[in-house]
Parts: sequence; structure tokens; C-alpha cells
Amino acid sequence: MGNTHKISCAGFGGQGVMSMGQLLTYAGMLEGKEVTWVPAYGPEMRGGTANCSVIVSDEPIGSPIFDTGITTAVVMNLPSFLKFVPKVAPGGSIFVNSSIIEEKVQRDDVKVYYIPANDIARELGNDKLLNIIMLGAVVEIDKIVESESILKAFLKVFGDHKAKLIPINREALAKGAEFAKKLE
Amino acid sequence: MSTIVYQKPEGLTDVRMHYCPGCGHGIVHRLIAECISELGETENTIICAPVGCAVFIPKYFTYDSIQCAHGRAPATATGIKRVHPDKLVLTYQGDGDLASIGTAEIIHAAARGEKFTTIFINNGIYGMTGGQMAPTTLPGMRSTTSQAGRDVRINGNPIRVCEMLATLDGPAYIERVAVDSPAHVIATKKAIKKALTMQQAKKGFTFVEVVSSCPTNWGLSATKAMEFVRDSMIPYYPLGVFKDMEKEGE
Amino acid sequence: MAKVMMKGNEAIAKAAILAGCRYFMGYPITPQNEVPEYFSRELPLVGGTFVQAESEVAAINMVYGAGASGARVMTSSSSPGIALKQEGIGYCVKGEIPCVVVSMMRGGPGLGTIQPSQSDYLQATRGGSNGDYHIPVLAPGSVQEAVDFVKESFEIAQCYRTPVMVLCDGLIGQMMEPVELDHEPTKREMPDLSTWALGYSPKGKTNTVINLDIDAPNCEKENIRFFEEKYPAIEKNEVRWEEFMMDDAEYAFVSYGTTSRIIKNAVKALRAEGMKIGLVRPQTLWPFPQKPFENKNIKKWIVGEMNMGQMVPDVQLACGRKEDVLFYGRTGGMIPTPEEYIDFVKKELGGAK
Repeated sequence: MGNTHKISCAGFGGQGVMSMGQLLTYAGMLEGKEVTWVPAYGPEMRGGTANCSVIVSDEPIGSPIFDTGITTAVVMNLPSFLKFVPKVAPGGSIFVNSSIIEEKVQRDDVKVYYIPANDIARELGNDKLLNIIMLGAVVEIDKIVESESILKAFLKVFGDHKAKLIPINREALAKGAEFAKKLE
Repeated sequence: MSTIVYQKPEGLTDVRMHYCPGCGHGIVHRLIAECISELGETENTIICAPVGCAVFIPKYFTYDSIQCAHGRAPATATGIKRVHPDKLVLTYQGDGDLASIGTAEIIHAAARGEKFTTIFINNGIYGMTGGQMAPTTLPGMRSTTSQAGRDVRINGNPIRVCEMLATLDGPAYIERVAVDSPAHVIATKKAIKKALTMQQAKKGFTFVEVVSSCPTNWGLSATKAMEFVRDSMIPYYPLGVFKDMEKEGE
Repeated sequence: MAKVMMKGNEAIAKAAILAGCRYFMGYPITPQNEVPEYFSRELPLVGGTFVQAESEVAAINMVYGAGASGARVMTSSSSPGIALKQEGIGYCVKGEIPCVVVSMMRGGPGLGTIQPSQSDYLQATRGGSNGDYHIPVLAPGSVQEAVDFVKESFEIAQCYRTPVMVLCDGLIGQMMEPVELDHEPTKREMPDLSTWALGYSPKGKTNTVINLDIDAPNCEKENIRFFEEKYPAIEKNEVRWEEFMMDDAEYAFVSYGTTSRIIKNAVKALRAEGMKIGLVRPQTLWPFPQKPFENKNIKKWIVGEMNMGQMVPDVQLACGRKEDVLFYGRTGGMIPTPEEYIDFVKKELGGAK
């Protein structure tokens, strides 16, 4: 069996969880991997948590959805934390936005990384970068894709006219990676 | 040596029409053909038939034609005119078709300012299905589904379509005419021609309501039916121009 | 052309434009709103026309008019909206008007739910409008296949002068996958527009789209022509299916769309445990593939759908063994998991033997 990452990204609308998933997906495609991205839609999206399911795999993907068996969970707010932490597979990773989530994961069969994404974003001078910071941590630890592929995907997802934002996004990825590495 | 003073206009086929004596459809069909011929559009016209007595329009005209679903002719004509903006496109609809089941379609085609022409035949009754109450059946008028006469407390009130459509910005021209007398027939032809001319100029949605007769389902002779149009229908559905973009522009 | 990531709904609209579709009429409904949104933005750029209709009913009748005028035209909707369009689909059938209808299914009946479903299998394959008729129904299992099938649908529609339905569940519309857009559909012979389309009649001739045959013998004659000429040709030329791990299979799932992907996971897991099981995936639901069901090695057929078993009778008829067809599905917008299918098979068939 090949290597298959099942990634859930969840948080408030506006935290960039959908685009975080899309960047991972696109980056995976650019690296020649099999990928799918599925958003939660409808009432689930209103008020509560926005989330998307991403698969990046070395082999053709059957089901694009998964309820449990998550290998990587990125939780950006408390409702997402409560919903997704129990669904992570043993041995999986959980990336917690510790800037706004005070709770700690009460499981010892998973790897947990507390990343103060909002605080790091503020240090970088752009609050919108919090999803990229989280992504930096995710790819550093779980090696789903190369961080350079994320920057290539960035232009595909947001358009070439956003090229001027590449340096700051590269910095955000590096900051997230650096922070996560320290936690290892 | 003889001179032709009257003949079938081009645009009409040789098929004998199935309409009843005293019915207005035949007159209006002929007026449409005359106008289109005079405008030189006989080879360039597409006509949309309704569900109702005029469903056989494809047999009577030489134009390309389509039988539409009940009430949906304005939607179908929208599709046709968007594909063929330089063709003359008409819908021909009765009162059940246009003012009942197709109310949404006519209002929205008018509101969008779709550049086709609708000829609306208002005879206050369902002809083809055998004389049921129409949205335009007059108060007190008998039909097979209002046998004691239309009671507005039970059956609601008739709809005056021209007045309603005239509240919209999309229509370029709206007129109500009748075919109960030679003078009114001549006026009807003028209105149809004006509407088609404005369509040629791509001014917007054009609409001619023709107050007509249904002697068979009204239970009247042809002559009495004309009197009923004059004495009962026209007072409720006043004739006149309700909207004329060209006049407004002056 | 390189692969791009696209959401199913947008990919469908893009594929239609690439297939020459220049007219789209539709009405908003979840979960297919990205389809009209994409068309409204992109069609004007290629000289096309987008109309947001006042209703689903109006939209399909605009399609009837535009299709009758020889244009490549499409509409899309989701379950309750497709229910409204059925009248117009029937008119397009009778008038022999080519058009493509995309149905992005959600749970029903009634307003139901907006989550993905396959509960309009019967609506799509058994009519839904009145009268004797069929329309080709293509059921893609991925965003790529949605793109390819939309392109094929325009060809099929024009070739046989029929509405064609592309039947997807909401998940195919919402998900993103890499797609290649440069697939060329099979070219088919097209009847010349001058022989039937409005506005294309040669001088002195008339093209009419007739929907009312007031004389019953003629109406019967037309229906028989469809069933003796048009439908057999479609059955012969357009039927499609995929067989997955079927070579030595003793048991087989039958599934389409998203459910078939979920079942592929189950097949792989059961195979890993030694069970000889595979999947037959109909890609056309009408015509329904018959050939894969001639496989006499299959002891049990397990139908999997997101509905209460709407495809089961088709499988029973195709394999000819009613008692050997089992069913497991979820309904009302619920999506089954691979584990549910694995458990079902183990419970019903005892797993690997």
C-alpha cells in the first residue's frame, strides 16, 4: 500500500481553512500525486465550523471522504478541536491553533503540535497568514508535500497577480516549520 | 382582365383553419401574416404556438414554428430569440396559457425586455378544453367551472394583463385592441405592425392583447358574440396603448 | 494541456463551454450553484448567453427554444429543481431537441436535504415526465469523468436529437480533483440543422417542432420510431461501464458515482483479506449495461447506492437472478463509508472463503 495522507482542515470561516486544503491539494497534484479536496457545505458552513477533507496519496483515490482515520488534523478553533480530535487515527498528527484554543489534547496515541498561529501572524504583520503558518508546520512534520510546491500552488489558486505575496508567504511557511520543529 | 383586390397573404398555408365561426383567431392569424409580409420578414420569422386552440399554428403559417408547453411560450421564445437575434420571433398565446399557467413566464420575459412580440388573445374562456373559467373570465360570466357565473368572492377577480405589464420597465410597447368590428380590426393590424416594427428595431418586449370572442363556449351566435365583446368585454378591458417607448422618448 | 484542479461544478461548466455550449439557462439551487455562476461569468467572454430564468420550469423551456434553434445549450439543477424541469424534458424528447441537463442530486423527497444523494436514479432513468420515452443518462464517478461525460453528452444529444442527462451526486459537484480538459469526445454523425432546426430552413421550406399529434395513430407511429430506431441505436452505441477487479471475482458490487468510489476502497480491503470480489460500475444508467451481468462466476451481486435501492430492479433484470441481488445503501443525504460495505459483506456473505 502506498502512502496516503487524510487531512482535515477546520476552523471559523475567514481563517483560511478551505484555501489551506486547496493549497495542499494543488501542491500534491503539482508533485504528481493523487489528490482530492471535499468541502463541507450548507448549514454546516454557517456560523459553526468550516472544514474540508483532503487526500494526498501515491495511489488512485477511491472514496474522497473519510469520517475517521484522519492522519493529519488542523484545528483552528474550539468547535473544530472538539469535533476532529477524536477522529484522528492513532499515530496521526494534530495541529492546534493555540492562540485561540486553550484546551489540550487528552490522547497519548497521537502527536500534537500547539502552534500560536495568530500570534506568529501578528509578528509577521499580517493576520491573514495564520493558515500559511499552520501549513508550514504541517508540511514540516508530516512531509505531505514540499513547501516550495505550496508556493507554486499559491499562484495557481490565487492567480499570478499575487506573485508579490510569495516572499511573505515563504516567510510564513518557514516560521510555522521552525516553530513546529522546536516542538519535536 | 381582372384585378386581384383580396387574397390570402403570403405566410399563410393552404390548410383550412379549424376555428369556429365567429372566432377571432382566423382574423388575427391573417393580420399577423399581412404585417410580416409587408415588413418583408416572411422568410425570417419564427412563431411559437401555445397550448390552446392556436396549438395548430404550425399548420397555418409557413414560418418556422414550435409548439410550446402550456404557458411556456415566452420562455421558449427567449431561448429562440437569444440564439437568433435577427429573426422576427413571436409568441401567440391565449388567456389560459398566458394569464394563468404562464403568468410567471410572461411577466419575466417582459421584465427582461426580451426582444420578441407576444400576441395575446383574450376571449375570457378556455376554448380548447371546452369552456372552463379563464383568469380573464368576467365577473358573473358563466363557464363550465363557474356554472352560476363567476363569483369573485369564490373565484377571485379577472386579471388585466396590459395594465399589469405596463408597470414594468422592460416592455417597449403594450397595446390592447379588439377584433369585434372592421374599425377595430384595422386598429389591430396597426398595433401588430407597430409591435413588429419595434421588434425589428430591437427596442424591447412588445405586446398586443386582442380582445376576442369564443361564440361556441360563450353559447352565443357569432353576431351576439361580437356584441358581447363590445358591450361587456371592452368595458372591462379598455382598449388603448399602455406603453410606448417611442412616445416616451419624444 | 496540463492538469488543473477544479471543483466538479465549475469543471462541468468549463467542459460544456469547451464542447461548444454557448447558451445556459438555469435557476439557483444548492449544491450546483457554481455551475450557473461559472457560466454567468465565462459565457459572455466567448460570445455566449447566460439567462438566469425565473424558475426551473422557465429555464428548461428556454433550453427547449434555444436547442430547437440549433444551439448547443445546457441547464443544470438539483433534485427538486430537476423535478420541476421534467415537463420541459418531455417536450424536448417529443420535439427531438438536443440539450444537456445536469442533475446534481441531493437527498429527497420534497425539499429534502442539500447533502449528496443518488435518490433520483428512477427519476432519471424511468422518465419523470409523461409518456413513453428514454433519455441517455451518464453517471460520472469523478470530476474528470464529469468533464468527459459532459463533452460526450453534447455529441450524443446532437447525434440522436435527444435530451441527455448527466447525473451526479452533490459530492461530485462540490469536490476538487485534478482534471485534464483537452479530452476530445467521440465525433458522431450529426443531422444537418437545415433539416430540422428553427431559423435554418432552406428558402421555401419550413422547419417545425411539433409536440402535439392530435391523431393517435401518428403519435403511436412516432413513439414506435423512437423505440425501434432511436433507442436501439443509443443502446448499441452509447452504453458504458467500468469493471474493477472483476477478472477472477466471485462476488461483485454494482455501484455508480461517489458510492462506487467508496466501494472501491471496500473492494481493496476485502481483496486484501482474500475475498474474490470486484465492482461493476455502470457509467450509463440508461442504457443500462447488460453485458457485465452475463458473468456466471458471480454468486452474489451487491448493489450500493445513496438511496433505498433504486437500481436493484435493473440489476435483477440484467443478471436474471432476483434472489442473488443484495442491497446496502444510505439515504436522505447520508454517505456510506467503506467500513459499512465491508461489514455488510462480511455479515451477509461471511467474508473471505
